[in-house]
Amino acid sequence: MKRKKKIQRVVLYVSLILLTFIFLFPLVWMLVSSLKDEFQIFRDMKSLKAFLPPAPSEVEGGYFHNYIAAFQRVDLMKYILNSLIYTTGIIVFGLIVNSMAGYALARFRFPLAGFWLGVIIATLIIPPESIFLPLYVLVYDLGWVNTYTGLIVPFIANAFAIFLFRQFFLDFPKELEEAAKIDGCSQIGIFFRIIVPLSKPVFATVAIVLFINHWNDFLWPLVVASDESMRTIQIGLQYFMNEPPIKWGQVMAALTIATVPMLLIFAFLQRYYVQGLTHTGSKN
Amino acid sequence: MKGNSSSAKQLPDHVHYKDPSEPPIKKVPPKRKKRRRSQAFQEAMTGYFFLAPALILLGVFLLYPMGAAFYYSFTDFYILKPDDISFIGFENFTYIWQDAQFRQAFWNTVYFSVIVVPVQLAVALGLALLINKKLKFRVFFRTAFFSPVVMSLVVVSILWTFMYNPNEGLINQLLGLIGISPQPFLTSPDQAMNSIIVMSVWQGAGFQMMIFLAGLQNIPNHLYEAADIDGASNWQKFLHVTLPGLKNIALFIFITISIAAFKLLVQPMIMTQGGPLGSTKSLVYHIYETGFNYRDVGYASAMAVVFTLIVLTITIIQRVLIREERG
Repeated sequence: MKRKKKIQRVVLYVSLILLTFIFLFPLVWMLVSSLKDEFQIFRDMKSLKAFLPPAPSEVEGGYFHNYIAAFQRVDLMKYILNSLIYTTGIIVFGLIVNSMAGYALARFRFPLAGFWLGVIIATLIIPPESIFLPLYVLVYDLGWVNTYTGLIVPFIANAFAIFLFRQFFLDFPKELEEAAKIDGCSQIGIFFRIIVPLSKPVFATVAIVLFINHWNDFLWPLVVASDESMRTIQIGLQYFMNEPPIKWGQVMAALTIATVPMLLIFAFLQRYYVQGLTHTGSKN
Repeated sequence: MKGNSSSAKQLPDHVHYKDPSEPPIKKVPPKRKKRRRSQAFQEAMTGYFFLAPALILLGVFLLYPMGAAFYYSFTDFYILKPDDISFIGFENFTYIWQDAQFRQAFWNTVYFSVIVVPVQLAVALGLALLINKKLKFRVFFRTAFFSPVVMSLVVVSILWTFMYNPNEGLINQLLGLIGISPQPFLTSPDQAMNSIIVMSVWQGAGFQMMIFLAGLQNIPNHLYEAADIDGASNWQKFLHVTLPGLKNIALFIFITISIAAFKLLVQPMIMTQGGPLGSTKSLVYHIYETGFNYRDVGYASAMAVVFTLIVLTITIIQRVLIREERG
């Protein structure tokens, strides 16, 4: 019996290590290869050295030569900046607009409140992919092609975010607001001075969800920000893949750069992200 | 305005009905009742003030395009000739059934979804069950399985295109180490879609694993203890305690993966441009090309309408199934 358990344990750990390899090796290979020159990448791929960083003596021009070259080849800085403006814009306006809407649906009685909630939830089913074409035509008519406005404004209102905020505010104790009302605070004052500061977790969750979605966004920036100066990082990455000469080391460096912000978010704020999504998951 | 005051009239009753702790209405003096009415009006105004920005934005940038897509689908709207637009009835829709590319894209998408959905669900559940034990380095393993999620679909697609490179790619080199001959992967019509499937499961499973883990931790421990007392085997515990406890979460994940799978676009767009021989062209990709490359907005919109109807049908069927399961 004891021996059987021991064997089970060994099998468990061996399979876990194997799985770890399967899930990690592309990431490790990307990071490690971004530090090597082309010759080293192809030479090391024939053995497990593919997953080891190069020895310091082997690297000419420093560990980060591919990164420097990538930044020199295209205006990566501009792409990153565009991505940051795009995501920050959506987060700032999105938090205000969606939290207000969620609060209205959680707290106030007004005609058609239930109807609007139904409409908002129903829009969750509309696949964004199916409206991109007419949305592009609309944004084109508004003269917003290749502007930050065109990138940001159509995606400020977000049904999922409204829903998350509403769920959170429903559980929020009413007493505080009533006390503030008696003190003569206006509804807007109550919301921004009392509710918002006490709702940091849900704001953090929504901000992270919005950041991840739009930092990684591909289709909309591709069609609406076609101009080189407006490209986001996800669009800019394709340059390294498609424009000769194709340098594997530079590709891996560029991919790593595009991943760093996500890595930071998950390293420090993963809790909020998973919490938010499982919360809605169990409530649906 | 009149509508507001008439519905406001009913408010005290409504409040009373919802909240029995509210003092009985007859005790409220008539003067106060009047004030309440105007309060209700004010509340409605504030409510709409808070809701309006979101409603307007959703209306303009989601519902209007939705309606526009429906309208365009009955026209010959062409981006380069925006003023020359005429109504052509169901012509676009009848053309869909003759369009061999559409049919191919449709079946490619179905193939992708039918494989990715169950496989990804099973992998995610398997990983969650493996991790949900007392383990050394548990956090390390969990982080490892989750790590592909931190990369964007674009990054992952580019990375795997290089890994799948038939001559110099990492995967063929690794396969060579264990004695498997080089595979063509993305360059072969037979293997391209399967290669994309493997990558997609690899990228997505860790995320659903996290949701399953949260679900597993919500299953009360005393259920397992009770099963132990009854002398249940591990397999019986899994079947009668774990699975029923995860049902809701599994169904939620099932719906999300299904819809996401049917929207397949980024992977083929970056990795294969729909090739070779159209073997990885997906539905959304075909719509994209028709609209943005060939500028045929009318026909692309008709396909978008059909695509939306398919996604809606999937959602509704799954919702109905869930309701039956629950009932």
